[in-house]
Amino acid sequence: MSERRPAALITPSEWRKPSIRFGVGGAHVLLLLLLVVGGLGPLLWLAKSAITPTNDTISHPMALFSHGAAWHNLRDAWVNVGVGRYFWNTVVLAFGSWLVQIVVATTGGYALSVLRPRYAKVITGLLLTTLFVPAVVLLVPLYIEIVHPPLVHHSFINSYWAVWLPAGASAFNVVIVKRFFDNLPREIFEAARIDGAGPFTLFTKIVLPMSKPILGVVSVFAVLASWKDFLWPLLVLADPNKQPLSVRLPTIQSQTELGVFLAAMFIACLVPVAGFLIFQRSFLRGNGLGGAIKG
Amino acid sequence: MSAISEIKIEGAALAARHRVRRSPLTWVRGGGLSTLLFLLPLLVVFGAFSWYPIARSVVMSLQHTNLVTAPTWVGLGNFSAVIHDPLLPIAVKNTAYFALLALIFGYPIPLIAAVLMSEVRRGRGLFSALVYLPVVIPPVVAVLLWKTFYDGGSVGVFNTMLGWVHLGPYPWLQSQSWAMPSLVLESTWANAGATVIIYLAALTAVNTELYEAAAVDGATLWQKVWRVTLPQLRGVLLVTMILQIIGTAQVFLEPYLFTSGGPANSTLTVLLLIFDYAFGNSLGGDYGKATALSLMLAVFLALFSLAYLRATRSWSDE
Repeated sequence: MSERRPAALITPSEWRKPSIRFGVGGAHVLLLLLLVVGGLGPLLWLAKSAITPTNDTISHPMALFSHGAAWHNLRDAWVNVGVGRYFWNTVVLAFGSWLVQIVVATTGGYALSVLRPRYAKVITGLLLTTLFVPAVVLLVPLYIEIVHPPLVHHSFINSYWAVWLPAGASAFNVVIVKRFFDNLPREIFEAARIDGAGPFTLFTKIVLPMSKPILGVVSVFAVLASWKDFLWPLLVLADPNKQPLSVRLPTIQSQTELGVFLAAMFIACLVPVAGFLIFQRSFLRGNGLGGAIKG
Repeated sequence: MSAISEIKIEGAALAARHRVRRSPLTWVRGGGLSTLLFLLPLLVVFGAFSWYPIARSVVMSLQHTNLVTAPTWVGLGNFSAVIHDPLLPIAVKNTAYFALLALIFGYPIPLIAAVLMSEVRRGRGLFSALVYLPVVIPPVVAVLLWKTFYDGGSVGVFNTMLGWVHLGPYPWLQSQSWAMPSLVLESTWANAGATVIIYLAALTAVNTELYEAAAVDGATLWQKVWRVTLPQLRGVLLVTMILQIIGTAQVFLEPYLFTSGGPANSTLTVLLLIFDYAFGNSLGGDYGKATALSLMLAVFLALFSLAYLRATRSWSDE
């Protein structure tokens, strides 16, 4: 994102004019200030308050460690409130959802883009239709399906499969992976086929290794989406011991002192924020991609 | 050697074109089975968790389902029950209000930020990271964090800061007239970054020759923004607007966690009403009514999108 474009909106000669230099430069400084206060500020406040005694946060929320730090908030949250367990639940849910999404998107994208059976158009059409159905339509029928599955007479409430498997039904994933496969050079596939590669070898030895960028994008968004998810796990995971952080946080709020609760929320932010800082490129590229596909 | 392989390719292409399903065996030999194996995860997952429930929702909206007794057909009874619910107009009005406020707060800000950011000469990565940071914070954390910021007492975070300039304290979530704008403010903060990144991607696709031509014609910076940048972005601007409307029409988390629809139903949205129909009653949900309202919302959004695309078609195409 940081590469400079040569001829942009403002030309070099315009940059030399004092009015533009100071006007636009001033606007940039102002924007940076707003972004630091607005984008980073709440997170910094959360980090500060996570290690501040509850009484200080309640009486002087903007003061900086007026009575020292309370590091024990973090340990209290992790051990006494059970955040450690919920954190682990969140990790397991995210991992399973990621795995299902990757398997469905890569195998499906490969079949539709490279193998191309005659009925591929019908399936692609059915996939695209689901993009136009708002998520709310699925909510109740999917819930009923989990409680009373049609063929198997066994409720999947409290089973992680009830979260993992529906996560795979993301048409958006399949479409962006398929589009990436569409742009891979066909000659390589032909060469591999002539060398005797079957569809499985072609998939594992040629297509997947060439698709690391798009798999990275799908992966970061799969994990982030799972980490953010609230309503669906709330509905299908009734057992508190199985719930992820996002579902537990609103419930534990009333029984937890503020400092410890803020520490719990800070812990819930750590993985997505750290992941974002490490995989920034994938996040920003994927988000831009989202606009391109939806458009 | 190459001649032989060419013949092989032609032969394979010929075979593919004339692939006749005489017997399952030829189908398997032609790769039909392995293709189906690759499609299996997609077909199973989408069949079970997307296509089937979508079809099922239509059936369920015509039934009375309570998970205890067998479902009974009620015709359009669920729809008429929803339409005659006195809470429906309130929920529709509140949802429209949320969407409108979200457009007013949230539509111009990302555009201005993106145009400014695209001209940053050094450290654009820092700008992008800061602008996107709220997007990666889990929404539940964001809402609960802002709920502490919105504390109505004089020692709430926002009220403390406004107290420095002798304003407030304000009843952010406690007053009927303040609650909805407060919800929209948090929602805008949480989502604006994603839109900025979409605009930044679109801005790199603006044809720079147009800027050069405008500069040759003596256009000022302001004229270039109005006459070149914005018209070049109109396609993506139209898409982000309809996507934002579709998204805000389904707002759930903010009213659910901030206010539970209160005070006095002033933040009750359509999705909150659907949730209440289905899951709000501990004695057993009215799933038929919930799916009926979901379908009504989906059909409304589909018709709205169609009308929107029609109305803006001449404007978005060249």
